[in-house]
Amino acid sequence: MEMDLLHRFEAYIASDKKIEPKDWMPDAYRKTLIRQISQHAHSEIVGMLPEGSWISRAPSLKRKAILMAKVQDEAGHGLYLYSACETLGVQRDDTIEDLHSGKAKYSSIFNYPTLNWADIGAIGWLVDGAAIMNQVPLCKCSYGPYARAMVRVCKEESFHQRQGFQIMMTMAGGTEEQKEMAQDALNRWWWPSLMMFGPPDDDSPNSAQSMAWNIKRFTNDELRQKFVDLTVPQAELLGLTVPDPNLRWNEETGHYEIGEIDWSEFKRVISGDGPCNKERIETRRKAWDDGAWVREAAVAHSQKRADRRASTDTAAA
Amino acid sequence: MNARCEYLLRLGDDALILGQQLGLWTGHGPVLEEDIALTNIGLDQIGQARAWLTLAGRFEGKGRDEDQLAYFRSPAEFRNAQLCERPNGHFGDTIARQFLFDAYATELHAGLCQSEDSDIAAIARKSAKESAYHFRHSRAWMIRLGDGTEESHHRIQQSLNEILPYAGDLFHTDAVAASAASEGWGIDPSSLRDPWNSHVEEMLKESGLMRPESTSERTGGRIGQHGEQLSQLLEEMQVLPRTYPKAEW
Repeated sequence: MEMDLLHRFEAYIASDKKIEPKDWMPDAYRKTLIRQISQHAHSEIVGMLPEGSWISRAPSLKRKAILMAKVQDEAGHGLYLYSACETLGVQRDDTIEDLHSGKAKYSSIFNYPTLNWADIGAIGWLVDGAAIMNQVPLCKCSYGPYARAMVRVCKEESFHQRQGFQIMMTMAGGTEEQKEMAQDALNRWWWPSLMMFGPPDDDSPNSAQSMAWNIKRFTNDELRQKFVDLTVPQAELLGLTVPDPNLRWNEETGHYEIGEIDWSEFKRVISGDGPCNKERIETRRKAWDDGAWVREAAVAHSQKRADRRASTDTAAA
Repeated sequence: MNARCEYLLRLGDDALILGQQLGLWTGHGPVLEEDIALTNIGLDQIGQARAWLTLAGRFEGKGRDEDQLAYFRSPAEFRNAQLCERPNGHFGDTIARQFLFDAYATELHAGLCQSEDSDIAAIARKSAKESAYHFRHSRAWMIRLGDGTEESHHRIQQSLNEILPYAGDLFHTDAVAASAASEGWGIDPSSLRDPWNSHVEEMLKESGLMRPESTSERTGGRIGQHGEQLSQLLEEMQVLPRTYPKAEW
């Protein structure tokens, strides 16, 4: 019986059909998806913090409105992703608990600080740019609810990427001080953005299985290379310098070659020792704890209302 | 300064200061849905502020745009109601502040749709749709928190007690308000007190909350008198354009 189900599942994957919530799936597939989708959801939510802190200081009302809309989109992405995760049989509150306890991870990039206004541009341009690179293939991933959530997420991310680039253009073409801010932001966000694609292929233990399941369509290094090839000319257009003395164009391969990525930094930040890991989780935990009475009140009110309705119905009958 | 500019600054500054404060909730809401809701309401307020301030700048006639008015005025030049600058506090404090404002704004915008100034009427029509939603949201939360648990009832009652005296500015009347009404391009906000009161009474009835014993109203916002909070808020909001006045963003 189990073998029949497994064969059917594998045939579905092989013919590129979508697995839906009520379909049978191997436990390991379910677990992988829960881990990946909840991490993705947490990244959206934690990712609101570094940008959100500049809403109050946005330098024009138009920029303020755009940034609010953008960060709110990220909250929306979190919401679809938590919902997609719930189709796999876990509760949103439980996954949030795992984030707060440190059991669940989120994208390491959000453990870096936002220090000047150009960081808001750099995040849109580089971080959202890298996210799109990772996420566009997910629109075709084998799990239906995740794939469909990604279609909408990617549309919004590509808008975010453009607004980020637009901020960078304004800054890089602005006063001397603005140019310095733009270069400083690129210097700080470049390497962490490259790390967003994950460890190199020869050190990425989960990749092969995810590729076999059609959750992942390209390897980490393939996606990283695509990102570099696309982004370096954009930096040149901005008149900014990519902070990599070893960066060079390889005529033969038709690709850029980059210097060594500091994987020890990547491991350090992932394991909790980045510049803002502690603050990010504490901020999230505080929001959750401070809001407990509000959530309890909402539940109590809806219960009371249902009870009142029931007793009116009984009286009427 | 002419009356219409002064009147529009009041509308614009209320929206701007509330929008600025609601933006601080982004990423810190009690539940994801409320994070989105508060940011969204804040975004609407910023949108309204931009429209009112742009129009105010046109009537002022000195070539100032929305950003010059938002970023290069000092606290004493701001015309927002003191209610709007009261601190966010906890979720209940923000909701109580927003409820009192929304109950006023929904009446205000409905009234301004009849303005003989077509620009004012157009902004009001767009704002009226938004403030109707905001009102539904904050009213529902007043009821939820008032009716919910013992703790939430106690907390939201406290919030209401503290914020209610600040509602006075919303109904401030003077020569500016009088000419708005007599010239037909605006309404005298003092005429909104009764309908606003009915909204408050209905909410009290449904939520089980009590109207706090009347204390004297805190007013002065419309003539530039503000609390300590506003200068801190503006310092943060205005920091970039004031530090780099030559920059464009």
